[in-house]
Amino acid sequence: MVVAVTAAEETREFEEHFDRTIAREQRIEPRDWMPGGYRKTLIRQISQHAHSEIIGMQPEGEWITRAPSLRRKAILLAKVQDEAGHGLYLYSAAETLGADRDELTDMLIDGRQKYSSIFNYPTPTFADVGVIGWLVDGAAICNQVPLCRSSYGPYARAMIRICKEESFHQRQGYELLMTMTRGTTAQRAMVQDAVDRWWWPSLMMFGPPDDASPNSARSMAWKIKRHSNDELRQRFVDMTVPQAEALGVRLPDPDLRWNDERGHHDFGRPDWDELKRVISGDGPCNAERIAVRRAAHEDGAWVREAAAAHAAKQAERARGAVA
Amino acid sequence: MSDNPYEALSGEGDARWAFGTGFTDPLAGVDTGVPDGVDGSDLATYCLMLGDDALIMSHRLQQWCTRAPELEEEVALANIALDLLGQARLLLARAGQSDGSGRDEDSLAFLRDAPEFRNVRLAEEANGDFARSMARLLVFAVWRLALLDRLAGSRDPVLSAVAAKGVKEVTYHRDYAAGWVVRLGDGTPYSRERMREGLEAVWPLVTELFTPHEVELRLAAAGVAVDPSELRAEFDAVLDQVLGAAGLARPRAVPGLGGRAGGGNARGRHGEHTAELDDVLAEMQTVPRALPGATW
Repeated sequence: MVVAVTAAEETREFEEHFDRTIAREQRIEPRDWMPGGYRKTLIRQISQHAHSEIIGMQPEGEWITRAPSLRRKAILLAKVQDEAGHGLYLYSAAETLGADRDELTDMLIDGRQKYSSIFNYPTPTFADVGVIGWLVDGAAICNQVPLCRSSYGPYARAMIRICKEESFHQRQGYELLMTMTRGTTAQRAMVQDAVDRWWWPSLMMFGPPDDASPNSARSMAWKIKRHSNDELRQRFVDMTVPQAEALGVRLPDPDLRWNDERGHHDFGRPDWDELKRVISGDGPCNAERIAVRRAAHEDGAWVREAAAAHAAKQAERARGAVA
Repeated sequence: MSDNPYEALSGEGDARWAFGTGFTDPLAGVDTGVPDGVDGSDLATYCLMLGDDALIMSHRLQQWCTRAPELEEEVALANIALDLLGQARLLLARAGQSDGSGRDEDSLAFLRDAPEFRNVRLAEEANGDFARSMARLLVFAVWRLALLDRLAGSRDPVLSAVAAKGVKEVTYHRDYAAGWVVRLGDGTPYSRERMREGLEAVWPLVTELFTPHEVELRLAAAGVAVDPSELRAEFDAVLDQVLGAAGLARPRAVPGLGGRAGGGNARGRHGEHTAELDDVLAEMQTVPRALPGATW
């Protein structure tokens, strides 16, 4: 039977099927029809996430060669390697939507795509390695665990593995801080100083407040995103306060206190102007982070070209051998 | 999956984690007595030689981190650096244990000065470009694999265990480096030139790899160590195979090339190093030396 349908009717059918799939909590897969906006939103989010993993290698990566024990060196090297792996999975997930890794890399180093602003802060001491693990990876986990149920299959599956590894990193960071706070006075001061510097930027990792987050509502309707920025931020604060007490460090917020009525901690307002400045390129390390990434990409161009030329020659030789 | 991000962090013990969070003795379960007829101080020196080779080579590979030509190379180079770091930790721990000094891996890594390091000078050379780094890694891995392969039969149970583990790891390192030497040698005219220059740059340091130190000879005679001069034939055969596939000629030995040619003197094994090792140590040892008494 041939059913004549107009293009408009066909699109409507696709849309209804897509909406039903989302409503039933099933996954959208690469070959499924999806609205252009859904695809575009996902490519933007996944590639920013991939860029964040790759740029995020730098602040801690700087400490690998200077790690103060061989055990910490091995842990840190493995962690930074995991981040490269996360970047790879995520670029692959973006490629299932028709994006191209090389183009995404160009967009990163040209400043056309963003990465998490947290990585534009410096890491002046080894305590930063521990605090990044505890607070930054902790905030990342709060953001990312709900993404394991994201409606787009390849993204959700990548996030499951990434979250497992991030949990491990957080645990290692916390354990480093535990060791340091039980060490010398100088080490305890180093940890407190790092907490003072990273606390507010970590709260900013959840993004602007809900009433100022333009893309959130649609992403939640599409079930790409599951919780609002403010919900996740609150969850992070509630989880972190008892951990700070166990470590014996002070979180630098005079307004931070338990609110019995709400059943949550009240806390101060992050400096949203600072977040805007850092996102727009004016953070302490924005230029340096991009310069390092650009240098690696450009200095490696001849190596990638050589690999491609060799592969082409090999293919040519194989054809010659067959003929 | 639960939405509680911290659930995975608590209450499940260490078993599921790759590293765990406990401090375990890397030599647990292996008989760590010094074998009969073997001088503990010789054994410690030999462990420092092989351990320092791995530690310093790992450091040079760590310096590629965030600078590699492709993300896959970031992962691979970190992997190789981690393997070598793991070998170094076991060997340094063995050194501190067999000389009776009780020094642990960290005091040996961070509190010795350059003349006390026993690594071959090949390991301490600065990275140069990717081709030169791959030339060095190929030479290092071909030599070390031949060495570990024989060392797996050592009378010392610790060295034997470390070598057996290392053989699997360094087999991959050798494959990885050989793959890039072939790709760059065969790739474009530019990459071919870079590869040729990279090989020429590391070649003067090759002779040293096969020149035995007296400790190596004594321990080899006791069935504990490997006499490096026995590795040359295997090294040459493998190198020729890789260079043949890459379409590259083996660099000629150039006698009297500055201070680096070194003739037959095993300088690194005697604690004689280039200024490049000072650079490595300045970077590697900075924090522990600045904060004595700190625990990490």
